[in-house]
Amino acid sequence: MALADKYKALTDAATAAGIADLAVREQDGVLYIDGTAADGATKDHLWEVYNQIDPNFTSGDLVLNVNVAIDAAVTHAKVITESSNLNIRKGPGTDQPIVGKAAHGEVITLVNRSNDLWWLVRTNDGEEGYCYAQYLEAQA
Amino acid sequence: MKTTKLLMSMVIATTLFFVGCKPKDAAIQAAIQAKEAAGITVAVTKGEVTLTGEVDDEATKAKAEEIAKAEKGVKSVINNLTVKPADVPVVIAEDPTLIKNVADATKDFPTVKAEVKDGVVLLTGEIKKASLITLMQHLSALKPKKIDNKLTVK
Repeated sequence: MALADKYKALTDAATAAGIADLAVREQDGVLYIDGTAADGATKDHLWEVYNQIDPNFTSGDLVLNVNVAIDAAVTHAKVITESSNLNIRKGPGTDQPIVGKAAHGEVITLVNRSNDLWWLVRTNDGEEGYCYAQYLEAQA
Repeated sequence: MKTTKLLMSMVIATTLFFVGCKPKDAAIQAAIQAKEAAGITVAVTKGEVTLTGEVDDEATKAKAEEIAKAEKGVKSVINNLTVKPADVPVVIAEDPTLIKNVADATKDFPTVKAEVKDGVVLLTGEIKKASLITLMQHLSALKPKKIDNKLTVK
């Protein structure tokens, strides 16, 4: 379990942060860490710890899949692209036509989150479609 | 007759000897604890042994109880050991799904080239340091087998 030792600081941080459903397994030379973080800051903290252990993530021996828990009651999300507008598409996939755009920093309405990667949203202008969930931050 | 009496007295003496030598709880506890696997806590009260802790499987749990029962001076064993829940299996996405999702995830990183084969995501090209963590977060959520990061960080 050399990998478990290498990433001990990370698993310890995950335990300390109270990551829900935390699972740590080693398989074929890769360590898989799954779980759900209470908020985005917790997730980012774990990634910082990961970056300290394996600078620039070049080892290819860890898959850190920690998602942020979202309250079912949450109805709005903020666009957290780096600076650009976020495409709203007809269906879930970048192969789908763009039906609208949401501005960086704009808060839009969440319609459906049944797809983990693509959330169905509605802008304040009433445009409805799918956005890449990684660029949306659920609003408490 | 004399022999019988002698035998009788020997039996009594032997019995008294063993009763008198009944190992104390602390000694029983130490003896069992030394034989049990790590993670098992042994407690003994009046010859009654209680096992607590978490073990990997049912077999280890049963074995721990046998070890305790085999110890001299033990009257009964309460096995309160719990078995660790089995690990959640690692889920790895099928290539067609992964290829599509990786394409979506890397779309906003035009300097990054991603190839998917047998669940392994190979990244080549270059990326800004600030964007690397975002890209890695996006890719790690797609259930790849491995992320082979050969990106040049600018």
